[in-house]
Amino acid sequence: MKPRKDLLDIASLTDEEIEFVLSNAVPFKDLFKRSVKKVPTLRGRSVLTLFYEPSTRTRSSFEVAANRLSADVTNFDVESSSVVKGESVVDTVETLEAMRVDYIVVRHKQSGTPNLIARSTRASVINAGDGWHAHPTQALLDAFTLREKLKDIRGARVVIVGDIQHSRVARSTSLLLRRLGAQVAYLAPGSLMPRDLPPDVTTFHSWDDVLTNFRPDVVYLLRVQMERQGEQFFPSLGEYHKLFGLTDARLQVLRERKLWLMHPGPVNRGVEITDAGMNYERSLINEQVENGIAVRMSVLYWLRPGAE
Amino acid sequence: MQQPPDKVRQILSAEQVARCLEDLASQIANRWAKRKELALVGVHKRGVPFSRRLADLLTTKYGKSVVLGTVDITQYRDDLFTLAEVPKLEGSDIGFDVEDAVVILCDEVIYTGRTTRAALEELLDFGRPACVELAVLVNRPGRELPIHPDYIGAQVAEGDLKPDERVSVRFVESDGWDEVFIRKLPTQPV
Repeated sequence: MKPRKDLLDIASLTDEEIEFVLSNAVPFKDLFKRSVKKVPTLRGRSVLTLFYEPSTRTRSSFEVAANRLSADVTNFDVESSSVVKGESVVDTVETLEAMRVDYIVVRHKQSGTPNLIARSTRASVINAGDGWHAHPTQALLDAFTLREKLKDIRGARVVIVGDIQHSRVARSTSLLLRRLGAQVAYLAPGSLMPRDLPPDVTTFHSWDDVLTNFRPDVVYLLRVQMERQGEQFFPSLGEYHKLFGLTDARLQVLRERKLWLMHPGPVNRGVEITDAGMNYERSLINEQVENGIAVRMSVLYWLRPGAE
Repeated sequence: MQQPPDKVRQILSAEQVARCLEDLASQIANRWAKRKELALVGVHKRGVPFSRRLADLLTTKYGKSVVLGTVDITQYRDDLFTLAEVPKLEGSDIGFDVEDAVVILCDEVIYTGRTTRAALEELLDFGRPACVELAVLVNRPGRELPIHPDYIGAQVAEGDLKPDERVSVRFVESDGWDEVFIRKLPTQPV
């Protein structure tokens, strides 16, 4: 497979490239069972994480992935840097360029920022989430996780539940799963359902309806973004839980039908999920975390600074 | 039998390949006369059928108990960033405990020694074997590292190869027939 310089979204990947990344992630995951969990693949290369939005999980996952490939990892601490003094993104990247960084992992609240950065550096840029736009490595790890369980994603029925409108996870994961042949449905309050929907996605507004009429194999819960609480998309957290959360009663239906449960983390217990939901035997949440490292290793392995 | 278009001349026929394998198995069996347990690790891709053939002979003819493994050295290559294509990973499979094992790395041809260096490094990341040896079907000159095989099936001499020629091995399991031949590298576009 020809190397690419950047990974900015799912839409620009070919089917062959998706297959390449997903299948290479398998041997990377196998490394975790060895006594030395590390390979020298990226020895002497440097990876820099540049997060303009807070994130512990995604950032750590990229750090662990880069460490296991023997790359040197640096966190560019946005909070304490000159960014807060008003330096533009492009100026920051010029500084990083002078440091001869090979890979830049970026998260930014503004959609399109990773693309902007990618154009101004020879380093490989990986989008770790930009606004509502994309989160391609999350989508890849979700697809990888489902493939491990279902062998083939074709024909699988996945319902994504929650704040679809503001979710880059929903966008990227939904797109990738549909490209791999899954049937995707959205379950959300009207205020959190996007207006421009892909034609092959069905929408639902109640659990009863989706469980009876869509009959999913997989339930993918999204995090309720607490920071949006003041924006009146739903009356209260308690109300949200009652109407759209995975209550213990709904969990019972999942258990009876042996449905898989996914969530990109971090979870809000008592809102979109309960303590019982966290302990559900077919929850893939922890596997998503583990697989995230393997998939990110596979992405780093494929990308090459200065390619194209 | 298909004839590869880039084939220049044959070095070993199927019968000669079989004789080399017999000879290699006997060398290994003699060296380890007092030990029953051996581990054979094939280097992807054709080191894998090579190791299986040796294992068959060592079990059936010499009563050895052989465990098998494979290594894909891609993650350990020293030239990854110079390749135009990123290789697809096959993955390594070492299903036995490497600790204190006698491991014989199996590769069909040794040339620069860089593949062996990578395979050795990878193997040692699985644990600390009692010792590691190297078996090759064909030894050809051109070493770039201080690595030498312990068991050699056939030898290609310095004068046997032009600079644009390489030794190629085919096995029934991977290719449909057994043969060692010399092929010509494609001419680089100017």
